[in-house]
Amino acid sequence: MLTTKGKAPIVSRQMLVFFAILLSYPLWADAAGLYEYLGIEIVIFIIYALGFNLLLGYTGLPSFGHGAYFGVGAYGYGLAQLYLDAGFIPGLLLAMLAGTVASGLVALFLSHRRGIYFALMTIAFGQVFWFLAIKLRGLTGGEDGLLNIFRPDIDFGLFQISLKSNFAFYYAVALIAVLVTLLLWRLVHSPFGMAIQAVRMNETRARFVGYQVWWIKWTVFTLSGAIAGLAGGLLNVAQESAFPDTMSLHASGLIVMMVLIGGGFVSFWGPVVGVIVYYLARDLLGSITEAWLLWYGLLFMAVMMFSPEGFAGGWGKLVAWVRRRKQGEVLMGGAQND
Amino acid sequence: MTESPPLFVAEHLHKRFGDQVVLEDINLSFNAGSISGIMGPNGAGKSTCFNVLTGMYRPDGGSVFFDGEDVTGLAPERIVEKGISRSFQIMNLFDEFTALENIMVATNRVRHGLHRPFWDLRADSEISHKAAEVLAMVGLTGLENSLASDMSYGQRRALEIAVSLATEPRIVFLDEPTQGLGADGRANLADLIGTLQEKFTLVIIEHDMQFLFRLANRISVIHWGQIIAEGTPDELKANEWVRTSELGKMTTC
Repeated sequence: MLTTKGKAPIVSRQMLVFFAILLSYPLWADAAGLYEYLGIEIVIFIIYALGFNLLLGYTGLPSFGHGAYFGVGAYGYGLAQLYLDAGFIPGLLLAMLAGTVASGLVALFLSHRRGIYFALMTIAFGQVFWFLAIKLRGLTGGEDGLLNIFRPDIDFGLFQISLKSNFAFYYAVALIAVLVTLLLWRLVHSPFGMAIQAVRMNETRARFVGYQVWWIKWTVFTLSGAIAGLAGGLLNVAQESAFPDTMSLHASGLIVMMVLIGGGFVSFWGPVVGVIVYYLARDLLGSITEAWLLWYGLLFMAVMMFSPEGFAGGWGKLVAWVRRRKQGEVLMGGAQND
Repeated sequence: MTESPPLFVAEHLHKRFGDQVVLEDINLSFNAGSISGIMGPNGAGKSTCFNVLTGMYRPDGGSVFFDGEDVTGLAPERIVEKGISRSFQIMNLFDEFTALENIMVATNRVRHGLHRPFWDLRADSEISHKAAEVLAMVGLTGLENSLASDMSYGQRRALEIAVSLATEPRIVFLDEPTQGLGADGRANLADLIGTLQEKFTLVIIEHDMQFLFRLANRISVIHWGQIIAEGTPDELKANEWVRTSELGKMTTC
C-alpha cells in the first residue's frame, strides 16, 4: 500500500539511489550496452508516469486517455517554438500550461464521476484530442505531425547551454525529473496527499469528514495533466517533432501498463520501475525479436497474475518474507540455545 | 427562566424516490447535550431520514436548521463544517490508513483544510496529539498504528464512531452503531455513548430497542415514512402502537 508510516524524510534512501542512478547514467550507459537517447526517453516517461500515478495509484482514478495531455504538451511546445520562438524553458512552461488547460477542462466533466463511467469518459475525451490532432492539419500537421522543431539552447542571458547533444539534453531532463520527484514526494506526504488517498479508499467517508471530493479529483487530474504536458514538451525536444500517435488509445494504455507493472498502487517508485522495465524490454527483447510487444504483454499478464501489485508489490512481499524467515531463525536459534 | 431552543430542528421534511414517498411531513428536534433515538421497523425510512438530515440526500420539501441556521440541502462537506457529523451502518473507514491516520485526515480537514501543500501531516504533533485523544475517547489507545483493515469488528465500530468525532462536531448522528456486535460489544458501546453524551449531542438510529431505551432521553418512532409516536422511553413503552407492534415486543424481552 502507498501509505508510509511516520514522518517522511525530505530525501529518502530510495530517492538517493534513484538520483544517483539518474545522474550517473551517461557515465556507465555505454559500458552496459545502453545509450544516451534511451536514457532521455526513460526519464521523460518517468516524469510522465510519476505524474500519472498521482491519479491512478494515489487517487484510484483510472485514466485511459492520458496520452491526450502528453500529446497536447508536445504540440504546445512545438507550436510555441514555431510561432513564438519561445525557447526551451518558456516552451516547456507553455507545454505545461497546455496540458493544464486541456486536462482542467476535461476534469470539469470527469470529477463528478467514478468507476467505469470515469474510465470510459477519459477514453472518450482522449479520442477527441487524438482526432483533433489528426484533423487540424493546418495547426498540427495532421498524421505527419509537427516536424522540424529544432532543439533550442537554454538561454541564461549571460551564457547559453546548447541542448544539441543528447548528453546535455539528458542532464536537462534529469534535473527536471529530480525537481518533479521532490515536489511529488512532498505532495503525496502533505495533507493533500493524504486527502487524495482518502478519496481512493472511501469517497463517501471522505465527503463526510469534510472533503470536497469533486474538487480534489479535479485538482489531481489537472495536476497530472500538467505534468503529462511537461513530459510531452520534453518528448518534443527529444524528437524535434510531435506526432498524433502519442495521443492514441494504444499510447495511453502503455502508460497505464507501465504504472501497473511497476507497482504504482503500492509504491511511489512503482512507476519508475515500470518505465524502466518497458524500455529495457523494448530494447533488449526488440533486439531479439520483432514481436517484443507480444512478450512484453505476456510478461505483463504473468506479473498481474502472480503479483497483482506489480514488481514493487512483489519486492515488498519478498522483503517481508525474508524478514519473517530471519526472525524465525533467530527464534529457533534462541530456542536451541535455551 | 426560558428553555433554550433545540440545537437541531427538522420541519415538515418530505422525500420521495420516483413515485414512492419515503418521508412525509417529518418533524424532529434534538436538544443540546441530549441523546435522541429514532426507531422503527425495517424499511420505515429511518436511514433515509438520517441521510436527509446529514446532507446525503436533498429533501423534496421542508427545512433543516442547526443552531438556528438553515442547513437544508447542504452537501455533506458543508454540513461537516457546520459541526454535524455521522457514522454509518455499513462501516466507512479508510482501510489502508492506521487508526491514527483515519482520525488525523479528518481532524486536519476541519482545523487546517488543504492549505499546507508541503506540510508533512504525519509529523504534525498538534494533529496527532488531538487524534490520539479521540482514539482514547473511544477506547482505542494502543491501537494507533494498527491498520483499520486489521482491526476486529468491534474495534472498527469504535473507530467508525471515532472518525465521526474527529471532525470536532457538536452533534453526532450514529446509524445503527450496534450492528454486528455481540452482547459484550453492545455493553461496551453503551458505556462509550454514555461518556460521549458529556461532550456531544447524539442522535441514534437503532434496531436494538433495549439499547436505545437504556440510553436515549427521547425517542421518535418512524413507520411508513411518518413519525407515529414520540416521547421518553417510559412514555413509548406505554404507547399502544409500540406495545402491540414487533418493536414493542422487543422492548419487553
